[in-house]
Amino acid sequence: MSVSYENSKVVFQGIKDAGITSLSALPETWLGLLLQQAEKDPDVSLIQVAKEEEAIGVAAGAYFAGERHILLMQNHGFLAAMNGIVSLALLYGIPLCMLIALRGHWGEPYPWHTRGGIVTEGVLRALNIPFEYARDPKEVGRQIREAYTFSQSALSPVALLLTRDLMEEAL
Amino acid sequence: MKRNECIGMLYPELDDKVVVTIMGACAQELYDLGHRDNFFYLQHAMGLASSIGLGLALHLPHEKVVVLDGDGSVLMNLGTLATLARYRPRNLVHFIFDNGSLLSTGGFDSHTTSGITDLAAIARGAGIEQVAAVDSVMAFGEAAIEAFARNDLSVIVAKVAAVGPNHYGMDLQLSENAFRFKRWIAGRKSAEVKSSSVPAVTTREFP
Repeated sequence: MSVSYENSKVVFQGIKDAGITSLSALPETWLGLLLQQAEKDPDVSLIQVAKEEEAIGVAAGAYFAGERHILLMQNHGFLAAMNGIVSLALLYGIPLCMLIALRGHWGEPYPWHTRGGIVTEGVLRALNIPFEYARDPKEVGRQIREAYTFSQSALSPVALLLTRDLMEEAL
Repeated sequence: MKRNECIGMLYPELDDKVVVTIMGACAQELYDLGHRDNFFYLQHAMGLASSIGLGLALHLPHEKVVVLDGDGSVLMNLGTLATLARYRPRNLVHFIFDNGSLLSTGGFDSHTTSGITDLAAIARGAGIEQVAAVDSVMAFGEAAIEAFARNDLSVIVAKVAAVGPNHYGMDLQLSENAFRFKRWIAGRKSAEVKSSSVPAVTTREFP
C-alpha cells in the first residue's frame, strides 16, 4: 500500500484554505507527502518537533502569538503528547486543532500499530476531545476548516482522524 | 547562589519581554516580585515551557522571549534543546535554573546532582551555540545582559541552591493568566502595526 499523493494534496490544500499559516508536526508515513508540500510552501511555517508533546507547547505559543496553527501527528504521537494535552491545553483552555493519522485501525496489516489504533477513539472520548473521521477527499477540506473554527470557539483540543480510506491509495 | 537572587536581578528587565516560567518555586518567586500580564506561569505540563517559548519566539520575531526553566523540567523534555537548536529563534533566551533537585515535589535529587548530568553540555551537543554555565550572581548577571543584547538563541544554565519560597499560591486563575497574557501580546502587536509606516512583516526567518 502506498500513500495517496492526490489526497495528500487535497488535505494540504484544505489546510491552506482554512487560512492556516503555521504547522507543527512529527513526520510519519501517511503525513510524509503532505509535509513535503508544507516544506516547499513559503506561506506556511513548518516546525518539526522531536516528540509530539513538544508540539502542544509550540501550538500554545502560536495561539498566544495570534497565529493560525495546526498540529499534525500520528495517533501514537497523540498518545505520547498526553500530559501536554491534559495539563496545558485542557487545563488552560488552549485550542488545539490536531490532524491525527489513524494508524492501526480497519485494514491495518502491521501488528505494531494495532494497539494504538484500537485505543485512540476511547482516549479521545475519555478526555472529552471532540473528533471526527476524515474518509472522503471531497469532505476533508470542510472538515479541517470546521475543526479549526471549533477549536477556537470552544478553546479546546479537537481532533480530525485521517483514515486509511483517505490517506492510502485505493486498491 | 539562590534562584530568587537571579530572578530578582532579571525582574527589572522583564517588563517589555514575553516571559514563560515553569511551575513551583520558580513561578512563585517571579509572582512574588509582582505579577505582570506578560508573564505566563506554566503550572503543570513539566518540560513544555521551552516549547511554548519556541512557539512564541518563532511567531513574534519582534519580541524578546524569555523562558525560566529548571533542571527537572528540562530533563523531562530533552528533545526541546534539539528542536530549539534546529529552528534557532534569535529572540529567545532560555534560562535553566539547575538546583539538582526536584524541590517542589519533596527535594529528591535530579540527574544533575553532583554534576552527573551536565545540561550546558547537552545544550551545546544539541547544537545551541550560545550556551553559558554560571554559578555566581555576578556571572549570571553578565550572561543575562549579554544574552538580552545578543541577537541569537541563548541558553544560560545557572547552578543554584535547592531552596525555594516558604509559601505557594497566587491570586490569579490559570485561564485568567492565559487570557491576559494573550491580550498583552495582541496589544503589543497592534501598537507595532500602528507605529509602523510599513505593512506588518510576514516573512519568516526560520525554515
